[in-house]
Amino acid sequence: MLSYALRRLAMIVPVLFGISVIVFLIMALIPGDPALAILGSFATPENVAGLRQELGLDRSLVEQYGIWLGNLLHGDFGRSYSLNRPVLDEIGDRLGPTLLLAGASLVLCTVLGLAAGVVSAVRQYGWQDKILTLLVLVGLSTPSFWLGLILVLVFSVQLGWFPVSGMYAIYGGGDLADLLHHLALPAITLAVVATGVIARLTRSTMLEVLRQDFVRTARAKGLDEGIITYKHALRNALVNIVPVIGIQTGFVLGGAVYIETVFQWPGIGRMLVTAISTRDILLVQGGVLVVAACYVLINLAADLVQHMLDPRIGT
Amino acid sequence: MAGKTWTAAATGMALAALLLMGGAIRNPAASQIPDEVLVVGQIAEPKSLDPHAVTATNDFRILMNLYDGLVRFRSGTLEVEPALARSWEVSEDGKTYTFHLRDSVSFHDGTPFDAEAVKFNFDRMLDDKHPQHDTGPFPLAFFFSAVERTEAVDPLTVRFHLTEPYAPLLSNLAYPTGLLVSPAAVRAAGKEFGRQPVGTGPYRFAQWESNAKVVLERNADYWDGPPTLQAVIFRPLTDANTRLTELLAGGLDLMVEVPPDAVDLLQKAGGFTLYEQAGPHLWFLILNTREGPFKDPRARQAVNYAIDKQALVDQVLQGTATVADSIVPAAFDWAHDDTLEPYPHDPDRARRLLREAGAEGAELTFLVAEGGSGMLAPIPMATAIQADLAKVGLKVNIQTYEWNTYLGLVNQGLAGKADMAQMAWMTNDPDTLPFLTLRTDALPESGGFNSGYYSNPEVDRLLTEARRSTDRNERADLYRRIQRIVREEAPWAFVANWKQNAVTTDRVKGFELQPSFLLNLAHVSKSGG
Repeated sequence: MLSYALRRLAMIVPVLFGISVIVFLIMALIPGDPALAILGSFATPENVAGLRQELGLDRSLVEQYGIWLGNLLHGDFGRSYSLNRPVLDEIGDRLGPTLLLAGASLVLCTVLGLAAGVVSAVRQYGWQDKILTLLVLVGLSTPSFWLGLILVLVFSVQLGWFPVSGMYAIYGGGDLADLLHHLALPAITLAVVATGVIARLTRSTMLEVLRQDFVRTARAKGLDEGIITYKHALRNALVNIVPVIGIQTGFVLGGAVYIETVFQWPGIGRMLVTAISTRDILLVQGGVLVVAACYVLINLAADLVQHMLDPRIGT
Repeated sequence: MAGKTWTAAATGMALAALLLMGGAIRNPAASQIPDEVLVVGQIAEPKSLDPHAVTATNDFRILMNLYDGLVRFRSGTLEVEPALARSWEVSEDGKTYTFHLRDSVSFHDGTPFDAEAVKFNFDRMLDDKHPQHDTGPFPLAFFFSAVERTEAVDPLTVRFHLTEPYAPLLSNLAYPTGLLVSPAAVRAAGKEFGRQPVGTGPYRFAQWESNAKVVLERNADYWDGPPTLQAVIFRPLTDANTRLTELLAGGLDLMVEVPPDAVDLLQKAGGFTLYEQAGPHLWFLILNTREGPFKDPRARQAVNYAIDKQALVDQVLQGTATVADSIVPAAFDWAHDDTLEPYPHDPDRARRLLREAGAEGAELTFLVAEGGSGMLAPIPMATAIQADLAKVGLKVNIQTYEWNTYLGLVNQGLAGKADMAQMAWMTNDPDTLPFLTLRTDALPESGGFNSGYYSNPEVDRLLTEARRSTDRNERADLYRRIQRIVREEAPWAFVANWKQNAVTTDRVKGFELQPSFLLNLAHVSKSGG
């Protein structure tokens, strides 16, 4: 187990290095000059040239990458020019909210997805299965940014039950209840698609497992149906489901970009959207790198869990 | 049966989760905002709260409430009145401005406001050897480039020595770039000053929570009388739909830059007041006068006749702008020539002029931005213009670019690239736009913004004279002459002046939009209800 974990951990380094190269190149190659973005409409060619020199944009790409990577290794992500503060401080402020939102929706989609999938499988072709399959299909095909707007219109504007946006009430509040109150709509919106994916996969995997010999044996032994379903079948099915939950994390983190924009959630997703539009290269590079690192770590965790459930995997 | 139990348990858990979140349900957001607090919805997070380092109206709206300048625009006008300077004198030759400062004013951190503080502000911006110069960049420092040096004559007198007479100085001092920061706070905070601002304004800085809010608190010692509100909260709401739903749900008291589509909705919803005001903004097409069909002024006039500007502002912009007549927007009421009519929509005349200019059926390249500050709806506007020009036989090829790329392209000049390009400016003085964009000395190769290469010695002369004149009536007369010449020679197609707008709930009292596009909240209050 330990050697497996270490091997997987060692693989992260080249992955992150590759990501850093890609992120750097994308930001360097997309059109739009950061010097112009800073100076705005009042930029004369001389001013732009001066600022480009100051920012090091006149150097070669390799040189720029080298400097950036060197600083990164010293823990210096540079200074965001659109926000005029260190990139690391900004990411630090934003990472918590994003992980909270993504974590809440992962819990939601895992719990609801597994539950729906198991019920569907146990009651195959029953009315529960039919209703759940329909719901899952609707969930899978609803664009989340649209769903977010509809939820806001119904539950915030019309009914006034939930706040429209933000993470805490703008005035007062600030406690756990306030946080959950603000978290509900964005977390649900973000969880919907992933719930559908997990529910579908759980249903088919469970159906497969339930048909296997060891389940038949268990039934023949007269084991309680509940123990068969949850202790035997689900545990075996999880081996296939866990990595997919890991992959869903990626979609949830990616989806956070829209959801954070729709709900004005103060996380990394929204930071990236603004940073891209202001050509804040260092902020985008730092932000993407951190999100990618989270993704890689969560997948590592998923792999380790899978390995624990079935030690034959990955050895 | 176990399966059934489990189904029930799962449903129960899901319900419990929902209830836990919903259990926190309290009163709707509206009732949480007390009467003494005003919540303002803006389109973006401020870049910095250092007035010298920013250029966006979005940031200016906050800054105006934190700081004061030596002078300010009188409410409802673009005329300058005293602020931190009680009075001032301009020397005969227009090269020395002496300001007499208000007594016993302090910055929010207790630093006394005096002549040394004023000098510190301008030295910081203009002298690249100043110890605090590296807290910049100072993109609008050129507003004060005529200032040779500032001198603290005595604690309450400060003198500006100019290299040449420069009449726009006072308007520029009233603009946010002229707002005065606390020297002690800049020295202490360095580059972080933009996030820990200290001024003398009606509100003092309390808190900036990234992407959630900027909170200002009442300055009880404000020299011009303390404001009624205890606090103002600026919320960045980048998504237009979110901004609108927040307003409808009661999470905002005031929202600026209401999208045209939402105006109707808010009027139907009731309980809101909409404010509109034409501002010193001009949306125009730069025509390439160096090469191609627009070398001939008749072809340029033809474009002005061919575009149905009324239809553009009514339909594409849904009434959020007015038709532009020439280079000085009507918001500069003292300098605007009210007798000047916009070019009427007259396709027959346009066709005739094109024939005379030998430009019939010309094929034109048209640079279009995808978005950008003050650009309104650049792509729909471009396609409407393309259709209008097609009706007079001009074939227009549109090329669109992302805003920053676009600025880079256009600011370098249109030669070899295009026949026409969109542009928009918001300014604080009638001098700024023509001086930076129509002078012979402002060609792109000299670092200016005259991207269409217009050159007219008479306009150059009038502009120089208007800058040097210390008599406002004389200046006004010069700008009117410039407007008439420029309208006639049509180096641009003049299209629209944007009307800024804002909406408040009916509880907000004493709110006014300013023609400067700035937001002054010192006299705003809220009634209970």
